[in-house]
Amino acid sequence: MPEPQSSGSSRSAGPASRGSGRGRLAAWAASHARCLLESLGRLHRRWVASLLTVLVIGIALALPAGLYVLVKNLDTLASSWHQSVRISLYLKQDVSADSGQRLADDLAGENGISSTQFISADEGLRQFKQASSFGAALDALGSNPLPGVIEVTPKASLPPAAVGQLVDQLSKRRQVDHAALDQAWLRRLTAILALISRASWVIGALLSAAVLFIVGNTIRLDIENRRQEIEVMKLLGAGDAFIRRPFLYSGVWYGLLGAIVAIMVLVACYMALGGPLSTLTASYQGGLSLTGLSLRESAGLLAIGIALGWAGCAITVNRQLAAIEPR
Amino acid sequence: MTDIVAFDNVVKRYPGGKLALDRVSLRLARGEMAFLTGHSGAGKSTLMKLIGLIERPTRGRVVINGTDLAKVRRAHIPRYRQRVGLIFQNYNLLYDRTVFDNVALPLVIRGIGHTEIARRVRAALDTVGLLSHEKKFPITLSGGEQQRVGIARAVVNRPHLLLADEPTGNLDPDLSADIMRLFTRLNETGTSIMIATHAIDLVEHMGYRRIALDHGHLEAG
Ligand SMILES: Nc1ncnc2c1ncn2[C@@H]1O[C@H](COP(=O)(O)OP(=O)(O)OP(=O)(O)O)[C@@H](O)[C@H]1O
Ligand SMILES: [Mg+2]
Repeated sequence: MPEPQSSGSSRSAGPASRGSGRGRLAAWAASHARCLLESLGRLHRRWVASLLTVLVIGIALALPAGLYVLVKNLDTLASSWHQSVRISLYLKQDVSADSGQRLADDLAGENGISSTQFISADEGLRQFKQASSFGAALDALGSNPLPGVIEVTPKASLPPAAVGQLVDQLSKRRQVDHAALDQAWLRRLTAILALISRASWVIGALLSAAVLFIVGNTIRLDIENRRQEIEVMKLLGAGDAFIRRPFLYSGVWYGLLGAIVAIMVLVACYMALGGPLSTLTASYQGGLSLTGLSLRESAGLLAIGIALGWAGCAITVNRQLAAIEPR
Repeated sequence: MTDIVAFDNVVKRYPGGKLALDRVSLRLARGEMAFLTGHSGAGKSTLMKLIGLIERPTRGRVVINGTDLAKVRRAHIPRYRQRVGLIFQNYNLLYDRTVFDNVALPLVIRGIGHTEIARRVRAALDTVGLLSHEKKFPITLSGGEQQRVGIARAVVNRPHLLLADEPTGNLDPDLSADIMRLFTRLNETGTSIMIATHAIDLVEHMGYRRIALDHGHLEAG
C-alpha cells in the first residue's frame, strides 16, 4: 500500500553537507586540477602506447605547420624579389643620347618611380662586349645595333598590378620603342605560392581530421580498457560529466604533447636547413633570412593541438560511455 | 515514518522472457536489517538491482525512502545512487588506487572538499578496522579486508540504505562471520541494511528477519 511521502526527504543530506559556495568552488577547481594530473599520470603509466600516439599526432601537425612556415618564407622571398624589379625602356634608334638622358631625368621625378638610369647605345655595347664572347662578331657588324636603354626602378611600395600599368604607360611614350618587364616568372611564383598555401590548408584540414580520429580511437580503447572502473563509478553515483572528465583531459594531453612534438620537429628541420639556406640567401643582397615559427604561432599551434585533442575525445566519449551501463 | 524500502506487486521480466520476480510486495522498515535468501536464480540480485536502479521493473512500484523510482529519470540516477550504498560479492574495488582513494571515491564524485574527504574516509576506515591500511593497494589485502574496504566505501557517504549482494560469497566462514558482525554494528548505528546471501546457516541464528525468494516468488513467513 502506498504511504504518504515527505517530498524531498531523499536529498535531506544533499547540498547542505557540501559546505559553503566558495569552499565548493575551491573543491571543484582542485578536483579538476587533480584530474588533469591524474590523466597525465595515466598516460605516463602506459608510456609506450602514449608516446606512439603523441608522435603520430606530432607528425600529423608538423606537416601542415611546416608547409605554413615554408609559404611564409617564400612569401618574404618573393616580395624581396619583387622589390628588385626593373623596367627596361628600349628607346627608338633616332633618340639621341642627350634626349635619352633628359627623358631619364624627367622620369625619375614621376609618380611610382624610385630611380632611373640611362644607358646609352655606346655604353650598352661596351657592357655587352664585356659580358659576352660575341664582341668580335659585333665588331664585324660595323655599326652599333643596340638601342639606348633607360632602366626604371619602380617604387618598392608599388603593387605588382600598378607596376604592370606603369609599364603600359611608359611604352606609350614617344621616344620609347618598347618597354619590357620580365614579370611573368614573378607572377608564376606568386601563383605557385598561393597554390602551396591553399594546399597547406587542405592538408591541414585532412590531417586535423586524422588527429581527431587518432585521439578518438585512442580514447575509445582507453574507455574499453577501463570499462569495469567506469561501471563501478556509475554504481557509486558518478554522473556523465565526472566520468567523462579524465578522458577529455587525456585528449587535451595528447593534443598538447602532439603539438609540442610538432614544434620540436619544425625546430629540428629549421636547424637542419638553416645552415645551407643561409649560404644560399647570403648570395642575395637583400639580406634574406629563414624564419621559423614565431612565439605567437607556436602558441597557436599548441592551442590547435589542445582543441583537436579535446574535440577528438568529445566526439567519441559520449557515445562510448552511454554504452557502458552496470549490469 | 515511511518504510525505507517498499515493493508493491513488482514484476520483473528480462528481455529474453525470463520471469525473475513475480508480484513481489515487501517492506523494509527504516533502521531495519534483513536477509534476502533463496536458491541460485531465485531473483535476489534482480531485487537488489531494482533498488539500485540498475534494472527497471516490468510492472509494479518500487519506493525507496519516499522516492518512487519510476519517477527518477535517467539523468537523476547518479544523484539517487549517491544515497544508496552498494556492496558486491566481488568487492568491485579499483585496483590501481589506494585503499584511501577507493573509499574516497563516492565523496570525490559528490565534489566534497579534501579536508572533509580525509576526515570522513578515516572515520569509515576506522569503522571497518582498516585505518592503518589506507596507503596500501587493494591487491595486497586479504579477501575479507578487501570486502571491508568495499563496506567502508559504501558507508562513507552516510547512505540511508545499504545493499549487499552476497558480500561473503567469496569468503571462508570465519571471515564471513566477521563481515556479518560488522553489518550488525552498522545497523546498530541506525543504517537500514538488506543483505542477499546463500549462507543460511550463518544468518539463521542472528535473529534478523529473513525475506525468502523462490523462483521469483516471495515465500510466506
Ligand atoms: N540480465 C538478465 N537477462 C536475462 N535473464 C536474467 C538476467 N539477469 C538475471 N536473469 C535471470 O533471472 C533469474 C534471477 O536471477 P538473479 O541473478 O536475480 O538470481 P539470484 O537469486 O541472484 O541468483 P544467485 O544466487 O545465483 O546470484 C535467473 O534465472 C537469471 O538467469
Ligand atoms: Mg545473485
